[in-house]
Amino acid sequence: MSGFISIEGIARRYGTGPAIFQDLWLSMSQGDFVCVIGHSGCGKTTVLNILAGLDAPSEGAVIVDGKEISGPSLDRAVIFQGHSLLPWRTVLGNVAYAVSSRHRTWSTAQVNAHAQKFIDRVGLTGSEHKRPAELSGGMKQRVGIARALSIEPKIMLMDEPFSALDALTRGTLQDEVRRICTGTGQTVFMITHDVDEAIYLADKIVLMTNGPGAVLAEIVDNPLPRDRARTDIHKHPLYYGVRNHIVDFLVTRSRAFNTTGHDPRNVPVVRPTHALT
Amino acid sequence: MTASLPWRAALVTVLIFAAFVLAWHIATRGTGAVQQMSPEYAKLMGSTATQGKSAMPGPLDVGAKLWEHVRNPFYDNGPNDKGIGIQIAYSVGRVMIGYGLAVLVAVPIGFLIGMSPLMNKALDPYIQILKPISPLAWMPLALYTIKDSSLSAIFVIFVCSLWPTMINTSFGVAQVRKEWLNVARTLEVGTFRRAFTIILPAAAPTIMTGVRVSGGIAWLVIVAAEMLVGGTGIGYFVWNEWNNLSITNVIVAIVAIGAVGMVLDLILARLTKLVTFPE
Repeated sequence: MSGFISIEGIARRYGTGPAIFQDLWLSMSQGDFVCVIGHSGCGKTTVLNILAGLDAPSEGAVIVDGKEISGPSLDRAVIFQGHSLLPWRTVLGNVAYAVSSRHRTWSTAQVNAHAQKFIDRVGLTGSEHKRPAELSGGMKQRVGIARALSIEPKIMLMDEPFSALDALTRGTLQDEVRRICTGTGQTVFMITHDVDEAIYLADKIVLMTNGPGAVLAEIVDNPLPRDRARTDIHKHPLYYGVRNHIVDFLVTRSRAFNTTGHDPRNVPVVRPTHALT
Repeated sequence: MTASLPWRAALVTVLIFAAFVLAWHIATRGTGAVQQMSPEYAKLMGSTATQGKSAMPGPLDVGAKLWEHVRNPFYDNGPNDKGIGIQIAYSVGRVMIGYGLAVLVAVPIGFLIGMSPLMNKALDPYIQILKPISPLAWMPLALYTIKDSSLSAIFVIFVCSLWPTMINTSFGVAQVRKEWLNVARTLEVGTFRRAFTIILPAAAPTIMTGVRVSGGIAWLVIVAAEMLVGGTGIGYFVWNEWNNLSITNVIVAIVAIGAVGMVLDLILARLTKLVTFPE
């Protein structure tokens, strides 16, 4: 199994207790938008932290672009659940901090110009000199997205980036993330609790069973067309098929998943194709 | 009438002050001649015996003295008679040197303690033992080793200013949010840059709180230290005037000490505000 990003048999346990998740294999191609869905405690965030290099697996390895990762890297940008902006810096200052970390030899003018480009891209033009405390939750998360995009990473890792936002803001930001990421062919690994969000954004939806001892149960290959729009996605004939499949998994199969005959290296790929009426 | 809160508060402040001064004035005024005595005997006895006047100066005496000092704060008539401005300048100077050095030493050590759990545990016993020692207890040792009274006073200020700044710095550094450190990690920010661009600004409000507490303690201690070492300074002035039995000057000095302490704290509060960020 090899891809642009290859998770190879990772497990994570604390002390001598049971593994939170085990023998996890997943391959991603360049430009993939992958969403992970699972209940709290299945280790989703830990998987993301391992991908980010902020945590290390107890077993197994993660290969990115042919190299095993051994720590955090500018190639893998993280959008944290809490926006985690530096409150003593302005919007521009926060993005510029990332840019100057990526391009250490650049002049201040170069750094600011580059940062400005990404602030414009997330629609925050005019708010460059505000501090995070002056921004709404949605705007803060936009800054976080601009900061992650500005270092032009090979992969973006998002840990429930919209879960703290109200539904309206969440929808707008989903649109923008989708527009930016599909437009630039950005590889994205995203954790979410929201089934609709996963269906709208992801090409592949990865389902994890409950922890401890969580496994990667299956990968749902999103059958919806790539040019889907959030406003009419629910009218697509395949939409409820996919949605019910995932919800069924979360409600019943995630708890009582039968591992006999389940090959963690060859997780079944499911493509719901039957339409519901 | 509904004036704004600050105005009403100011009015109450002034009223309390007026009541206090009035009570003070009544308590210390004379009751007139108490008995007939020969003028020469009366001169010997002073107004306390002849007019029933309290030995405690009244507000008018203190006010007049204060005005005298304010008009001419910097006169110098030899070692035992210097203007209050000069004495305060000496004290402030000592505090600035001792306290400034203490901040320069305490912040880096506090940083080290905050960043390294090993150093935190290793240095903790020293801090716990040294912190509760009254800084004046160091005075004999300082006088013996330094052999200079003025430098000894500065040393005592240095010692008493160390602890709040050091402890607050280590606390602030240790409490920097994990998510901000993770931001630095994912951006591959080096240790040095991380210390100055993440940890220092994040801990700055806590550090400045310690610096402010240290400043307050330094100003408390300088008065006592100067009473011991003598020579110059507002603490020496108070003790000297006590030896002169000039209660009026002692009260003036107390007011001056309070005023200077307030100004120092206001300056430090302003600096703290500069590094504080809203969340």
